[in-house]
Amino acid sequence: MNLDLNKKKLREINQLLQNVGREKNNRSFQILNPQGQHAICAGLKDDIEVSIKGHTGYYCAGMNKNASITVHGNVGTGVAENMMSGKVIIKGNASQSAGATGHGGSLIIEGDASSRCGISMKGINIIVKGSVGHMSAFMAQKGNLIILGDADADLGDSIYEAKIFVKGKVKSLGSDCIEKKMDDKNIKELNKIFKDLNISEDAKKFKRYGSARNLYNFKIDNVSSY
Amino acid sequence: MKKDLKEFKTFPSSTIKEIQRAAKEGIYQIRGLGAKRKVPDFDDLVFLGASMSRYPLEGYREKCNTSVILGDRFAKNPIKLDIPITIAGMSFGALGANAKEALGRGASAMGTSTTTGDGGMTKEERGSSKYLVYQLLPSRYGMNPDDLRKADAIEIVVGQGAKPGGGGMLLGQKINKRVAGMRTLPEGIDQRSACRHPDWTGPDDLEIKIQELREITNWEKPIYIKVGAARPYYDTTLAVKAGADVVVLDGMQGGTAATQDVFIEHVGIPTLGALRESVDALKELNMHRKVQLIVSGGIRTGADVAKAIAMGADAVSIGSAAMMALNCNADLYRKDYEKLGTEPGYCHHCHTGKCPVGVATQDPILEKRLNPIEGGKRLKNYLSTLTLELQTLARANGKSDVRNLEPEDLAALTVEAAAMARVPLAGTDWIPGLKK
Repeated sequence: MNLDLNKKKLREINQLLQNVGREKNNRSFQILNPQGQHAICAGLKDDIEVSIKGHTGYYCAGMNKNASITVHGNVGTGVAENMMSGKVIIKGNASQSAGATGHGGSLIIEGDASSRCGISMKGINIIVKGSVGHMSAFMAQKGNLIILGDADADLGDSIYEAKIFVKGKVKSLGSDCIEKKMDDKNIKELNKIFKDLNISEDAKKFKRYGSARNLYNFKIDNVSSY
Repeated sequence: MKKDLKEFKTFPSSTIKEIQRAAKEGIYQIRGLGAKRKVPDFDDLVFLGASMSRYPLEGYREKCNTSVILGDRFAKNPIKLDIPITIAGMSFGALGANAKEALGRGASAMGTSTTTGDGGMTKEERGSSKYLVYQLLPSRYGMNPDDLRKADAIEIVVGQGAKPGGGGMLLGQKINKRVAGMRTLPEGIDQRSACRHPDWTGPDDLEIKIQELREITNWEKPIYIKVGAARPYYDTTLAVKAGADVVVLDGMQGGTAATQDVFIEHVGIPTLGALRESVDALKELNMHRKVQLIVSGGIRTGADVAKAIAMGADAVSIGSAAMMALNCNADLYRKDYEKLGTEPGYCHHCHTGKCPVGVATQDPILEKRLNPIEGGKRLKNYLSTLTLELQTLARANGKSDVRNLEPEDLAALTVEAAAMARVPLAGTDWIPGLKK
């Protein structure tokens, strides 16, 4: 079904997509003429497929559950923020805070992602096929940020238990973020993610970064790290 | 102190003690609750009462409405509260599950709302709360769209009065398995929540964030924006511009679960002055009573509630006082206070997780000291008392609705309070700083 944002209001389209019942056969939708509008496909709940034909504004696919959403264009700030499950694919580039606080599901950005990609992520898998901006995975709690390109400054600043995998160069690491051994278990886990998402990559080419766990409990000896 | 000894005014014994503590430990003090210093407050105002030009209402006969509607600017389902006194956001984690349940029970019995906190929504809290406000905080701990839709309103927390510009802090000793699980973090680590939101950075972005939240919740839920009292005139203006249905303003006397003492005592402005600025902003925008204003930070009595409403608030919110109704700082379990190095009436050790009365703890033994049903009854009684006091004062000033109280009903007892509240110094027509 085609949903044209030149002809329908965002509210109508989001409401329709948020209430596609399981009894309905039509579970595939195309959104035409998004023209950078904000909050397109925010709060979807069910396992439907949506293809957005163009660029979107802020918070596209925000808090997504179950739905598979593909954006054939670039996305603004906070794409798939706080996503719970499902899959979001961005064919272009993403602005800042992509996948912020996401709890689950997969966000795949085929281009580059700007600063703070994966900030405070809580279980989501984020795959960036290009490079990421500064402060990516800031305070990241859980999940995987996988970067096929390079990472800008202060990667993984104040990171908790999330894992970062980078194939390219890392400009610098943030507070309490260190390079960690890429052991067989990690290679196996990363390869499984690639396989599940149909991404042709070899985990052995990646370096792993995570928390040194020195700042988990405040100690005066670490004060210079802040 | 001996009569012939003269204490240093710049270095009183308490200051010397703190310098020596800092010299020994090399770190600031962390504590709970709000500012302990004296600041101008609602006690510095009085009501004038009825007179030849004001007609009083009978105290025990004539009705005085206390209900208030919050969030009717844009939301499809605004909240109608029976009393203009709400329970402020306090996290599960900072408080135990019994305390959260007791707050819900007490608030619901009085037809008012309670609020989640930095840590998500618990089943106990939702189940016991007739009206529950769900906070969207920078950490987004436990945030999910299902709970967002279960809420009766959404409160975007920009800051809080105890620490405008500071993030949350929950020390490792309070992070048990359940709290850690709700926050997606390991047990036992200090949780220093972010001080700024991860996906918006200013009022223009916030406007778009609000649009997203409304889209997710079918434009049903009132959206509150909570700010600490830093620059209330501008923050209120920007909150209205961003599309808030309700502004929540938290003055510097507001409490916290844990923060540096220096932050609590030295950042932010008193509720009294902040409220006036916020009301000024709403009036200039012609949005007073259209965007509702909830004020918090040091509200203790029905007189405080009445004075806040007279100055222009639509409702108040209580946090520390609600905890005290549940027995915070009560003269019980004295030995446990002593173990913390304090005594009833002085305790601010929420951050330790060793709350002697079972309110601010995750310790299962201590938590049993608070029965949620009995706690709920105590809170109900306290809220009932505040409401009766509020009505008493409103009737004395000739008002059949508490929101008809107005600044003209007030006089100030100090020059500072007169300047901050912009009401005349008692016995004069002088309002410092106001040009005639």
